[in-house]
Amino acid sequence: MALLQVRDLKVSFDTPDGTVRAVRGLSFDVEAGQTLAVVGESGSGKSVATQTITGLTRGAKVSGTAYFDGTDLITADQATLRRLRGAQIGMIFQDPLSSLHPQYRIGWQIVEMIRAHDLTISKQAARKRAAELLTLVGIPRAAERIDDYPHQFSGGMRQRVMIAMAMALDPALLIADEPTTALDVTVQAQVLNVMRRLQEQFGTAIILITHDLGVVAEMADEVVVMYAGAVMERAPRRDIFYRNHHPYTQGLLASLPARSEDRLTPIPGTPPSLISLPKGCPFAARCSHVFDKCSEPPPLTDVGGDPRHQSACWLPHDVNEAVAS
Amino acid sequence: MAMFLIRRIGHGILVLWLISVAVFALFFVAPSNVAQTLAGRQGTPETIALIKHRLGLDLPVWQQYLHFLGNAVKGNLGYDYYHQVPVTHIIGQALPITVSLALGAAVLWLALGVFNGVISATHPRSLADRGLTLFALFFYSFPSFLLGLLLLYFLYFRLTLSGFGWFPAGGYAPLAGGIGPWFQHLLLPWVALALLLAATYTRLTRGSMLDVLGEDYIRTARSKGIRESRVVVVHGLRSALTPVVTQFGIDLGQLIGGVVVTETVFSLPGLGQTAVTAINQQDLPVIIGIVLFASAAVVVANILVDIGYAVLDPRVRLH
Ligand SMILES: Nc1ncnc2c1ncn2[C@@H]1O[C@H](COP(=O)(O)OP(=O)(O)OP(=O)(O)O)[C@@H](O)[C@H]1O
Ligand code: SF4
Ligand SMILES: [Mg+2]
Repeated sequence: MALLQVRDLKVSFDTPDGTVRAVRGLSFDVEAGQTLAVVGESGSGKSVATQTITGLTRGAKVSGTAYFDGTDLITADQATLRRLRGAQIGMIFQDPLSSLHPQYRIGWQIVEMIRAHDLTISKQAARKRAAELLTLVGIPRAAERIDDYPHQFSGGMRQRVMIAMAMALDPALLIADEPTTALDVTVQAQVLNVMRRLQEQFGTAIILITHDLGVVAEMADEVVVMYAGAVMERAPRRDIFYRNHHPYTQGLLASLPARSEDRLTPIPGTPPSLISLPKGCPFAARCSHVFDKCSEPPPLTDVGGDPRHQSACWLPHDVNEAVAS
Repeated sequence: MAMFLIRRIGHGILVLWLISVAVFALFFVAPSNVAQTLAGRQGTPETIALIKHRLGLDLPVWQQYLHFLGNAVKGNLGYDYYHQVPVTHIIGQALPITVSLALGAAVLWLALGVFNGVISATHPRSLADRGLTLFALFFYSFPSFLLGLLLLYFLYFRLTLSGFGWFPAGGYAPLAGGIGPWFQHLLLPWVALALLLAATYTRLTRGSMLDVLGEDYIRTARSKGIRESRVVVVHGLRSALTPVVTQFGIDLGQLIGGVVVTETVFSLPGLGQTAVTAINQQDLPVIIGIVLFASAAVVVANILVDIGYAVLDPRVRLH
């Protein structure tokens, strides 16, 4: 059984303008030690989905199940979730500049995390562990810098600190929500390297949220493509790049610059309002293949070929391989 | 840090000097009849002239000022016109009362304001939040002397009439005479002064706490699996306190006004009441002594607040 098994996850927010349906029936699996990339444009529900699973979404209506190591995270009480967060599920976020507390030393912040879950570890032992972790993520002179404040580090270094903290208790799952989006390209590669190295060393599973398909190509085992709160296509990495089926996936690929001098073609149009979604395919308004059947909602069905490959699009499944290439 | 202190202390001395000039000038702009009062109704012009001479009031204003300044630098603030008591002695007598009042009220108002603010912010739009907001607004728009009088009316007058003499009508009992009476005499003045300012702090803490709780690093704290109470206090309040400390520095000046009113209402012979009496009697040395002393206290307190600010937030550099 998969380490994390999410089934039919729905998350909605009641707002003065109406109900925002941020996640609409999301299902995916994360296997132990593997990397699942979740891609999609801004607002497609990637953060809401993963933060709901870890109990960090407030004021939302939630349904569905998310089994992690035998526990349903959706129905679990806050105390159970709290014990899992940090210890079993580590998290890092998009903006390393604002994710660390500006008024506490980084060592203190890592020690706090370790001791929140195991008070039998002495402060000195936790501090020693923190210094080791900082060395592990490639912070030079970690033993001295452990007493520095976040503002004394660069963005890339702060994200390394975040990784060190998230990995401190050797979690089974690491959720990385756009960990490199705020960093420049060379730093981005270094941070991804650190993540990959630690994953190999500790056997951690990773959910990697990104809208950068370049990152997907580097890191992912499997990929979930999200749009307007639902899965459009799901496949092993190779299939996403070479045998994709969904026009939205193709649109995302076309907007990826292969080399820096290439011009990118962003998908025309904008995602639909999550308050009043169209009845049929959510991508219809922007799809160049749209036809009459698209006014009904397309189910997520097998594409054929790899059994792990599914797409939510009415286009015939065999024909499309040609379209993709 | 050393540079910061030198600069701020230099600043403070300049401010104090300007204030002394201003008070002196004001006093001599308004016609003074101190000598007249002292001589009594039957005072002959000769007596008046003699009194003026003894008090140094017959000298030109600038000479009087220089005389004052020369002594002040040596720590001598002069003698009061009526009983020739050293002004420093008068201040020394009144100071413990004012310090008791101000410190107690400050502790109460900070505790009340911060506590209510945190409750409001962690339960936004709840009944508690709305109740506390209403409470804050009510006292915010309340004239301070009226609040004091109402407290006296209900908690002293009515209670005593009903046979519960819990609170005195006013006055002061020194701490040396036991903590019980001291506390009894100060409780109502503390409440009167604290409620007034607590309101501002409730709103301030609520707003700042709501902002902070939306920060990324709070999400990080929650993602670490630490207890929610710890997230709120250790991570949230730590940041939310910064604007509260700043406001505290600003309010110290205002506190002096509140102290004057409260001391008058509750007949506490502290610095405020002494100053009011001195003004009524045109007792310049006492007025100027208290004004300078209070200003110095505010200057020092503000330096301390700025240091506290830097201690709270490592990103702040003192310069
Ligand atoms: N508390 C909330 N109340 C109302 N709507 C919300 C709330 N939180 C998120 N949303 C909405 O849910 C949708 C999905 O947001 P989410 O942050 O998950 O997107 P995302 O895929 O992570 O995008 P990005 O790439 O920009 O991070 C957005 O339209 C957002 O406005
Ligand atoms: S179902 Fe229709 S509109 Fe939706 S992606 Fe497929 S072809 Fe385009
Ligand atoms: Mg996001």
